[in-house]
Amino acid sequence: MESPVLRIENFYAYFGDNCVLKNVNLSIPKNKATAIMGPSGCGKTTLIRCINRMHELTLGATVSGKIYLLDEDIYATNPIIVRRKIGMVFQRPNPFPTMSIYDNVIAGYKLNGIKIAKNELEKIVEESLRKAALWDEVKDFLHRKGSFLSGGQQQRLCLARALAMRPEIILLDEPTSALDPKSTASIEELITELVDYVTIIIVTHNTAQAARISDFTAFMYLGELIEFGPTEKMFTVPKDKRTEEYLGGKFG
Amino acid sequence: MKDQSNIRFRITKDIIFKGFIVLFSVLSGIPLIVILYFIIKNGISAINWEFITSLPKPVGEPGGGVLNAIIGTIILIVISSIISVPIGIFAGIYLAENKQGKVPYFVRLCVEVLQGVPSIVIGIIVYAWVVMPLKSPSALSGGIALGIMMLPVIIRSTEETIRLIPNSLREASLALGVPYFRTILKVILPAGISGISTGILLSVARIAGETAPLLFTAFGSNFMNWNILKPIASLPLVIFNYATSPYEEWITLAWGTSFVLVVLVLGLNLLAKIVARKWKVQF
Repeated sequence: MESPVLRIENFYAYFGDNCVLKNVNLSIPKNKATAIMGPSGCGKTTLIRCINRMHELTLGATVSGKIYLLDEDIYATNPIIVRRKIGMVFQRPNPFPTMSIYDNVIAGYKLNGIKIAKNELEKIVEESLRKAALWDEVKDFLHRKGSFLSGGQQQRLCLARALAMRPEIILLDEPTSALDPKSTASIEELITELVDYVTIIIVTHNTAQAARISDFTAFMYLGELIEFGPTEKMFTVPKDKRTEEYLGGKFG
Repeated sequence: MKDQSNIRFRITKDIIFKGFIVLFSVLSGIPLIVILYFIIKNGISAINWEFITSLPKPVGEPGGGVLNAIIGTIILIVISSIISVPIGIFAGIYLAENKQGKVPYFVRLCVEVLQGVPSIVIGIIVYAWVVMPLKSPSALSGGIALGIMMLPVIIRSTEETIRLIPNSLREASLALGVPYFRTILKVILPAGISGISTGILLSVARIAGETAPLLFTAFGSNFMNWNILKPIASLPLVIFNYATSPYEEWITLAWGTSFVLVVLVLGLNLLAKIVARKWKVQF
């Protein structure tokens, strides 16, 4: 495997006294889609929320261990910087309701007070919306509020918003769980295309989705990382018995 | 057969119950209608262009208006808003963002108690704090007293509005690397603008008619006054002074002033409703 973009080493996460991640070690390859799957409550969402330091926003949440983004210890960096380099898309589409589509895309710049020339901004907006496969649908009403968009379109807008910051990694937390099958298909197709520009880490409890879109898969169970490897291999010859049982539908 | 009569009995009870609900609902609207009727009936005759554009005249001279009181009330509203709106909004944000802990608990308790403090007591306190050191009643002290009365309303409406804003919105902003204070100022506040400004307007409507805290603070004045360190007139004080006077024409003026005040307060309430609808943000 070529040099990883993200390394997680001996990582533990807690909510108060409750340990939700136990000794996770994981290397995420660059410009690939990595799926994290597992049954509900296995800690997969907690894991990606630790990667962009959103976990610590919950009262009483703590971590131990290291996460490196290209050799930079993210727990020794200001979380604001980390989050600009590691974007996130959430379960439910959450565009900013007070902003136009245009402003939503460049929200990362506007809200942070980063000054950029107008034509540069316009380039970023178009580029991000094109990457998110939304440009053709919204280019005629960029300055209208995004509330009339469908759920799938809103989710792609959120993806464009994350892409606009030109992050190293985009974390997707079950991005299709609130969407209909058609929107889900379009987001999945998009993810397979986006790996050319950015590393994708996607949390899903849908094994079929993991199989369809990811290059690598991590299987988590009860806060532990059970198995990690190329998706094809894991789905055909899983090493661990628990992985086999989960994929076979015995639990979860 | 027994079942049959039982059901009929229940249906009758149901109808009677519904009847009472409608009756009491209608009854609760009657006081307002009666108030409006009397104020319009007695006040409308006093209202004319001169009434709202000229100053009061001495006893015995016909005519005269309440321009000084209209301007005075506006000045008092401006002063009290300048004091209470920033404090109220920030305190409301603080309470909404910090649900647990000793300090939020203490602040919340203070807000609740402050809401229950009689307005005349606030007037006396401000008299001791501001009027005595400055050695004169003033628009400033009146504004401070009214500002203290506005605070709890603004704090609570801000807190409730911000609590209703979904957490996903906050996370969307934080996940973009936006610092906390910018998230609050640029994402949360704009999303809550309708609820917050409605709260401000309602609090202004509430204090516009306050008399008691102004008795020893703004004090009232028969002249036009733009100096906030001097006594100033206000609509409710004029009503109080005119209505308790023995002169027939002053009592008419009191009705007219009541009319102006009621129109002002109803207008503010109406505006609050419009703002709440127009600026509403769909999540």
